[in-house]
Amino acid sequence: MQVPAPFEYERATSVEQAIALRAKLGDEARFIAGGHSLLPMMKLRLANPEHLIDINDLEELFYIKEEAGEIRIGAMSRHRDLLDSELLYQHFPIFRDAEKLIADPVVRNRGTIGGSLCQADPAEDLSAVCATLGATCVIKSETGERVVDMKEFHVGPYETAVGDAEMLTEIRIPTASNGGSAYEKVERRAGDWAVVSSGASVWMDGDTITAGRVGLAAVGDNTTQLDGVAELLAGKTASEELYTQAGELAAASCSPQTDNRGTEAYKRHLAMELTRRSLRRAVARAQGQEA
Amino acid sequence: MQVNMNINGEAVSEDVEARTLLVHFIRDDVGLTGTHWGCDTSNCGTCVVLIDGEPVKSCTTLAAMASGHDITTVEGLEVDNVLDPVQEGFMQCHGLQCGFCTPGMMLTARALLNNNPNPSEEVIREAISGQICRCTGYSTIVRSIQWAAEHGTPVSVGN
Amino acid sequence: MTTTEPAPTEERPIGFGKLLRKEDPRLIRGMGNFVDDIQLKGMLHLAILRSPMAHAKIVSIDKSAAEAMEGVVAVVTGEDLAGHGLAWMPTLSNDVQAVLATDKVRFQHQEVAFVVATDRYIARDALEQIDVEYEWIDPVVDVRTAMNPDVPVIRTDLEGKTDNHVFDWETGDAAATQAVFDNADVVVKQEVIYPRSHPAPMETCGCVADLNRVSGQLNLWSTTQAPHAHRTVYALVAGLPEHKIRVIAPDIGGGFGNKVPIYPGYVCAIVASLLIGKPVKWMEDRTENLVTTGFARDYVMQGEIAATKEGKILAIRTDVLADHGAFNGVAAPVKYPAGFFGVFTGSYDIEAAYCSMKAVYTNKAPGGVAYACSFRITEAVYLVERMVDVLALELDMDSAELRLKNLIKEDQFPYETKTGWVYDSGNYEPALRKAMEMAGYDELRREQAEKRERGELMGIGLSFFTEAVGAGPRKDMDILGLGMADGCELRIHPTGKAVVRLSVKTQGQGHETTFAQIVAEEIGIPPEDIEVVHGDTDNTPFGLGTYGSRSTPVSGAAAALVTRKVRDKAQIIASGMLEVSVADLEWNKGSFSVKGDPSKSVTIQDIAMKAHGAGDLPEGIEGGLEAQICYNPENLTYPFGAYICVVDVDPGTAEVKVRRFIAVDDCGTQINPMIIEGQVHGGLADGVGMALMQMISFDEDGNCLSGSLMEYLIPTALETPDWETGHTVTPSPHHPIGAKGVGESATVGSPPAVVNAVVDALRPYGVKHADMPLTPSRVWEAMQGNHTPPI
Repeated sequence: MQVPAPFEYERATSVEQAIALRAKLGDEARFIAGGHSLLPMMKLRLANPEHLIDINDLEELFYIKEEAGEIRIGAMSRHRDLLDSELLYQHFPIFRDAEKLIADPVVRNRGTIGGSLCQADPAEDLSAVCATLGATCVIKSETGERVVDMKEFHVGPYETAVGDAEMLTEIRIPTASNGGSAYEKVERRAGDWAVVSSGASVWMDGDTITAGRVGLAAVGDNTTQLDGVAELLAGKTASEELYTQAGELAAASCSPQTDNRGTEAYKRHLAMELTRRSLRRAVARAQGQEA
Repeated sequence: MQVNMNINGEAVSEDVEARTLLVHFIRDDVGLTGTHWGCDTSNCGTCVVLIDGEPVKSCTTLAAMASGHDITTVEGLEVDNVLDPVQEGFMQCHGLQCGFCTPGMMLTARALLNNNPNPSEEVIREAISGQICRCTGYSTIVRSIQWAAEHGTPVSVGN
Repeated sequence: MTTTEPAPTEERPIGFGKLLRKEDPRLIRGMGNFVDDIQLKGMLHLAILRSPMAHAKIVSIDKSAAEAMEGVVAVVTGEDLAGHGLAWMPTLSNDVQAVLATDKVRFQHQEVAFVVATDRYIARDALEQIDVEYEWIDPVVDVRTAMNPDVPVIRTDLEGKTDNHVFDWETGDAAATQAVFDNADVVVKQEVIYPRSHPAPMETCGCVADLNRVSGQLNLWSTTQAPHAHRTVYALVAGLPEHKIRVIAPDIGGGFGNKVPIYPGYVCAIVASLLIGKPVKWMEDRTENLVTTGFARDYVMQGEIAATKEGKILAIRTDVLADHGAFNGVAAPVKYPAGFFGVFTGSYDIEAAYCSMKAVYTNKAPGGVAYACSFRITEAVYLVERMVDVLALELDMDSAELRLKNLIKEDQFPYETKTGWVYDSGNYEPALRKAMEMAGYDELRREQAEKRERGELMGIGLSFFTEAVGAGPRKDMDILGLGMADGCELRIHPTGKAVVRLSVKTQGQGHETTFAQIVAEEIGIPPEDIEVVHGDTDNTPFGLGTYGSRSTPVSGAAAALVTRKVRDKAQIIASGMLEVSVADLEWNKGSFSVKGDPSKSVTIQDIAMKAHGAGDLPEGIEGGLEAQICYNPENLTYPFGAYICVVDVDPGTAEVKVRRFIAVDDCGTQINPMIIEGQVHGGLADGVGMALMQMISFDEDGNCLSGSLMEYLIPTALETPDWETGHTVTPSPHHPIGAKGVGESATVGSPPAVVNAVVDALRPYGVKHADMPLTPSRVWEAMQGNHTPPI
């Protein structure tokens, strides 16, 4: 069986202490949350941190609450919590859509939203979900905290704005009425990473989309939030033609590559098809046509 | 480093390397070999144990991370010589062949039934979808869990 | 003089019928004993360094840093092994394979060196410290170009080798077949590919080797499906005397053929124990299992069928290109280099058939017959069943109707095929009709027509298969010179309890239950009173092991016959006890009674006590009640079945959902229907897996792209439907209890049903064929009219 290289382990008792430890140990240290992405990489010796700081005891990071016109999600919220949360579902059904298809139920018992966002795998789903919802991330350091939007947060594949002496502590999503959201994903098998995923969120005034966003996963860099599609949707009347236009734009805006999951052409087709589907469902939800 | 945990109701304390995986701790240090490992990458679920009642893949969990928690392994399912209904169900419905994935499957089933005593077939299939069985094709595992649901007694294990 | 005998019930039969498994009480308690569970005093751990490249010269190996590590006991290279004459070992196909590479590496992840350490973590760490310098050689990855004159020769170790040719093989009558094709109304042709797959049992391969340097005794706990055959091979490889080798196969976490070959790791562990004098454990990780151990399939098949315009199939022809990897490690009877692919004529009564085949070396892992394939019958059945559907499409004929028109008729059995196989028994049409009835075939076709009108994609796929299992008659079949017969030994203890010892070994098939039932059926002792001993060469008679669905056809026959032998002796003892002649006794499953006077009877338990007790026995009869035999099957058994798969394909995303799967199997006499159903279920999941997702793939440099269960996808409970199974019973005429093997039937029969269903669903797109695995992307490409062979 594969085993990781030796390291020192420390269990954090508070966010402040965890950040202080990280600041002291520098880039030789990593936080470990659920561990289901980090430990396999360590077993393959692709990641060899000298210190692991276990943040699973940080009760202060386990929450999903409504506050100040936002849904606020503690970074240690497990996938299962996001899936089960009625509050989250009520405001953003896109989370439940996505979480049903992230890894498998047992992995979802351990994996966290903070871990997923910080891993920043190009096929990871929650980055697209959060970007689609216009989420912001709270990043804490010893000297204070900063709040960044998803564009700033998500620097590139496996790379985020969180520095060596910092910790992602919270995800904030602004709430607004008359909104709807949905997530569509094609995978080769349950539990597989996405071939392509598409998330959509819309805010409606009658039949008019006042604002909308679409984000894709697994089709190249900088697709978690497609500005062109947002521009297209703003102020338009919802229609099948519009979803198709948005889908075509989404397909043109991504840069998928052929691999075992699928050919470039197929992935581009999916970007189109899944964008249509996610928008259609998001609009239906905004209009109260789907529970 | 010293790790302390409660396994199947018994306090266990061992001095191990920080990198010791929970599955190795349970198998090699504690000597409970009913928990198996199958894939290294948390894809197969053969190594599932319950941590504080929740199924977790122990091949991608450090023993250190489980320190201070309650662990249930397959050896803890039978209480006072009485089989868990899940164990009985797997025997009655031919829910196992080689028996390698079975401990993990049964523990996930136990956790499911603790939360949902009457799951539908769809819910059962979803619950075990992170675990691979190469022998049964799953139908008899589903039937085994349904059998346990029908014959379930008030449970304590993993709850 | 009576002993209370428990009354047989449906739930607790004495003999055949549904019986809960005797294996289960330990396994559901976590009290199984698998190889990695074994801990011996002073045991060391072995880890293997593997090549990062598919084809490269080994320039140098520096192991000094690894050797200097605390806890490292030894670091061994191919050069070290060569010093002991152990660098190479024979394969099961009379080729040789490197234990550790000496000259060059020939596939990615090939074994290059091993470390033995006090702890498995340290052994892994030490691998990082071995420095190997490689010199790149262009790899041969594409099977279609492996015989081109300009490609590198892989097997430079074989003297005089100038190309990558392994063997040419043919069967059938080329000229007669050509004549039929020349005059046929209709000829269809299609390239059909069965991609490389891997059995991936949940337990990887491994062993614990404990060689006592003083006594010379080697105890080897090993993940082996064939302990006796392995013992003999170790004796030949390592020069150890066979009586000093004990191979123990404890509980095995699934085999499916993966645990038939002998892998370098086993030999390394034995050598390490020999050199160091301590027990050594080696267990593969999942990557090692997927990328180095026995792969399966990898056939590129050109299929052709000649038929009348009314749909009578006249001839079948195929030309096959077979990828055997870097070493020919196929586990098949020696005279059958292509396994039993010769049954590619399927279940149809035809006039002529011909197959030509070329096997080649490539820079990929060795193997070839290792995944519930009944020695290449998976490939044969897939070819013919796919081709029949190609013909149905060409003729615009219903695929069930076409099959019904061509199936071999009941009165034609025993049926000799045009490639020389004698099908022992069959009654095909009722099996297919039963499957169609269970499926509601006509209603499904109506539903499909309606859905097509609406643009929805629904597919119905059939397959009808005949297997040839139970290798085999020793006049034709041997592996490395070992005849494929199996021994069995039965002892009845004085109190009427029994122990039966088998040469075969369960990996989940339930031998401890079914073999007790076979003995019970023949002698009337309840199965719970019969201990089944297997998987230990010191305690069981010789035989070739469990693979190719051979346990029931060969060893099951041995168990029945050895029990009859014991019963015959019991009858003589009974005649003495009842003071009548042997001919005046009748057998009532558990007791002998005097004909015409049932009150005068003795039970088998009474007889057992008498056999071991005081007082004289009939003249010429020795004390005790036991026997041993070695069974040589006169023919293979030919189980068959009819499968129907129903799929829905999402027209927008091309995702395939298997909605229903109906399987009607006929494996002759059923010993335990519950276990048979379980065997079928597992194979059906294999079929869905291979048809839709499982494939071992490579990039152009020969890097394996399927090295974890993240990339080598195996179906979960969400991709598999609730299987609908049924059966018919057509006993084998030559098997003592009429049983046929069933362990691999569904793995053989189900892939074509799934693929046929998907192709059927795509008919509105003009799709005639699409190769496995039918991932969403590959289905979508087919819908666009793109031909995308997977290799």
